[in-house]
Amino acid sequence: MSVVVNEVLRGFYLDSVALLRMSQTLAALDGVEEAAMMMGSPSNREIMADAGILDATGEAAEGGDLVIGIRAENQEAADLALTEARAVLEQTSAAKGGGETWRPRSIRSAVKAMPEANFALISVPGDFAISEARKALRRGLHVMIFSDNVPVADEAALKQEALDRGCLVMGPDCGTAIINGTPLAFANAVPRGSIGVIGASGTGIQEVTCLIGENGGGISHAIGVGGRDLSDAIGGITTLMALDLLDRDPTTQHIVLISKPPSPAVAAKVIKRIGASSKPCTVCFVGGSEMSLPSNATAVPTLKAAAENALGGTAVGAGFDPEDAASALRGSGTMIRGLFSGGTLCAEAQVVLQSEGEAVGSNTPVPGTKALDAEGAHQLIDLGADEYTQGRPHPMIEPSVRDDALTAAVRDDSVGVILLDVVLGYGAHADPAGYLVGFLGDTAGKRVIASVTGTEQDPQRRSAQIATLEKAGIAVAPSNADAAALALACCRTKT
Amino acid sequence: MERIEHANKEAVGRMLAADPVLVDVVTAGDVIDGLGERVILHAGPPIEWADMCGPMRGAITGIAVFEGWAPTLEAAEEMAASGAFEFRPNHHASAVGPMTGMTTLSQPVMVVENRKFGNRAYCTINEGLGKVMRFGGNDAEVLDRLRWLREVLGPAMGVALRDTGGIPLKSLVARGLTMGDEMHQRNVGCSGLMLRELAPALAKTSTDTAALSESLAFIGGNDQFFLNIAMAMGKAIMDPVRDIEGSCVVTAMSRNGTTFGIRVSGTGDRWFTAPVEMPEGLYFPGFTEADANPDMGDSTIVETIGLGGFAMGASPAVAGFVGAGTAADAANYTRTMGEITVGENPEWTIPALDYLGVPTGIDIRLVVETGLAPVINTGIAHREPGVGQVGAGVVRAPMACFEQALVAFAESVGVA
Repeated sequence: MSVVVNEVLRGFYLDSVALLRMSQTLAALDGVEEAAMMMGSPSNREIMADAGILDATGEAAEGGDLVIGIRAENQEAADLALTEARAVLEQTSAAKGGGETWRPRSIRSAVKAMPEANFALISVPGDFAISEARKALRRGLHVMIFSDNVPVADEAALKQEALDRGCLVMGPDCGTAIINGTPLAFANAVPRGSIGVIGASGTGIQEVTCLIGENGGGISHAIGVGGRDLSDAIGGITTLMALDLLDRDPTTQHIVLISKPPSPAVAAKVIKRIGASSKPCTVCFVGGSEMSLPSNATAVPTLKAAAENALGGTAVGAGFDPEDAASALRGSGTMIRGLFSGGTLCAEAQVVLQSEGEAVGSNTPVPGTKALDAEGAHQLIDLGADEYTQGRPHPMIEPSVRDDALTAAVRDDSVGVILLDVVLGYGAHADPAGYLVGFLGDTAGKRVIASVTGTEQDPQRRSAQIATLEKAGIAVAPSNADAAALALACCRTKT
Repeated sequence: MERIEHANKEAVGRMLAADPVLVDVVTAGDVIDGLGERVILHAGPPIEWADMCGPMRGAITGIAVFEGWAPTLEAAEEMAASGAFEFRPNHHASAVGPMTGMTTLSQPVMVVENRKFGNRAYCTINEGLGKVMRFGGNDAEVLDRLRWLREVLGPAMGVALRDTGGIPLKSLVARGLTMGDEMHQRNVGCSGLMLRELAPALAKTSTDTAALSESLAFIGGNDQFFLNIAMAMGKAIMDPVRDIEGSCVVTAMSRNGTTFGIRVSGTGDRWFTAPVEMPEGLYFPGFTEADANPDMGDSTIVETIGLGGFAMGASPAVAGFVGAGTAADAANYTRTMGEITVGENPEWTIPALDYLGVPTGIDIRLVVETGLAPVINTGIAHREPGVGQVGAGVVRAPMACFEQALVAFAESVGVA
């Protein structure tokens, strides 16, 4: 036999929607057939009466009173429900910990919400990147496009439109920039200073800006131009615009340009423009050959040399001697296996080894480097290349992508030295050294050499990462170029 | 692109320039062309008897008996099935009606005049809560109430309104927004303000104390009294925004319980339709989702002018229909509607959002581009005719309407 209980709270007002929600909780209790809490207006009382949950007590309520109506299987269940109802009413003032903050869903409303913004960073699948970039450009924003897989014709059209609008397009496939001291995407916390960097390479910019920062200098701006900007199809539109910007920027005293070797026609255009600048320029085409330069420009073969030249001759890693360091390491074997997360770091290592007359193979060869499986060649692998990142995150974000290659290297008897890069900064893994050390374990008598691309101000802290690596028996060199030199010295040392 | 931006600016400009005034209550047949015997105006886009949902059929049989076209509900049903009635959308007759939206020749309709453009729009008087015809109710109690509206309240309001010279509505709505109203689900503030405007005029022009007392009690006891006025106001605001070449602003949104229809300024009177969606909400005791009728009514004209779901930030309680519903959630709904609208209304602002103006002028391109459909606060009817309201909740306009509209609009401006 069902039991109906009512309670009336005189003059107690609560919003009807809040009451409906609470009613749901009551109605779901064990033994409760139907339950509701409503304000005692005539129409609400009628609803409750129709639902069979109103008795004389509730019937006598008035519009300003809150009526609790419960129909249950037995008295006990009804009483329990009533107690629960009173408890629920007590809780109404409990802070609900705030809903989600509103986030804009389109460039249009983001600009409305932050009218002072002058940059958009775009990281959507390549098919959609250009149309989003266009929306940003048309609102007067400069654009950084992290996305890749953008058709080159679209890139050309977009950069032309941007040029006409006076806006910068950094990308597509641009992973690093530092504008007005703000690191964008994968970038490091480096001190402000007077050296401006233009780079068609992410880790190239990272290594150069970090070496400058760690050796007494600072960065005005680091402008990424995207991997294809210096190709014939694009013609260096962003690079030329960046040169204009840094030329006009009063805080920039020296300009560094980093890229793999561009097409000769584009290189000529860029070098001509450099000649027209009033500022000294360091040109680093990693793996490039001799070229004639105007009097204000100096060519350097490596990222380390670029940093040193920009710093006005300061030596990076002063006091570091590869042969001394190598003699302190135990191990044998004359072949290097380099496993890189940074493409340009891999390229620089190739240049260093080649300059010492070594045979080098790579999946991303610079001029003079052979194929990866070339007989008798050191093997330097860029694990961030497309063939390794299909459907997987980049090794800088997810170090485990390097795991398989590391295991293979440790097990390979022909490998004597393992050479690694460890990249810090925003966007990188929270503790790449810790991960590496945790995974590596027993290195089977092989020497492991690393460099740490990063600064003391980076979230991971460069000195802490170095300490982690050294504690595990990994030798750390002051720069990526020095690490390649150390690896080679290990191969040549008799121990 | 610029042509469209310019046309949309014109559209929103007309919305903001509107001056809606509640001027009169008159007999529907006197002001609506072609509203003769056996003609029934309903909510939503065009629909035939065979496709109508339960509550719509309940309302139609009820109104047929009310008008004396059929002796009983059963007879009315036979007549309806045999094509004896002509069904037309309210929207085709400068009218709107909530839920089932029945408008017929002898009923009193409120008149809102848009004094900026001179056009008028009509809506019946809100019946109140409980078992009412707008939810498909059709018993003696429902019909008696309609008779009372026709014989007592309608004429009394008409005389009173004519005596005042009309009650301007824009500033009244602005005040309601500061009082927790959003003018679709929450009208208690505006209903109170309207009673304050009407009561002295009703008292002054009344010749029957008992009737006056009934009238004041009826208005005073109906939290949703202002809804129908807000709807007529919405229709009066939007009608001058129709037919602006190159504008992709939505001029009407409406449902008949089966299909949801929208109209777009640049594509004229074409309806773009898709099946209505089910509201997500909370139910009165004794009812569940299984009892719910699909979405229905012309009341989405309120969202079309930036109120209702678009103004949810003014009415945080309503967010409680979907999830835990904090004030921040309600604010997010309003800000999200800013993604799909041309601009904001500087005269209708929400204090809790730092006086953000309500998002105004739904742009169909933005709806399709962002995938964000307009959000609507609505009552939920029982799926069976004659039962009434069973709950309330939040529902979305179907994306398909906007996709169809966008294709048609693109053709109309020559970019298909």
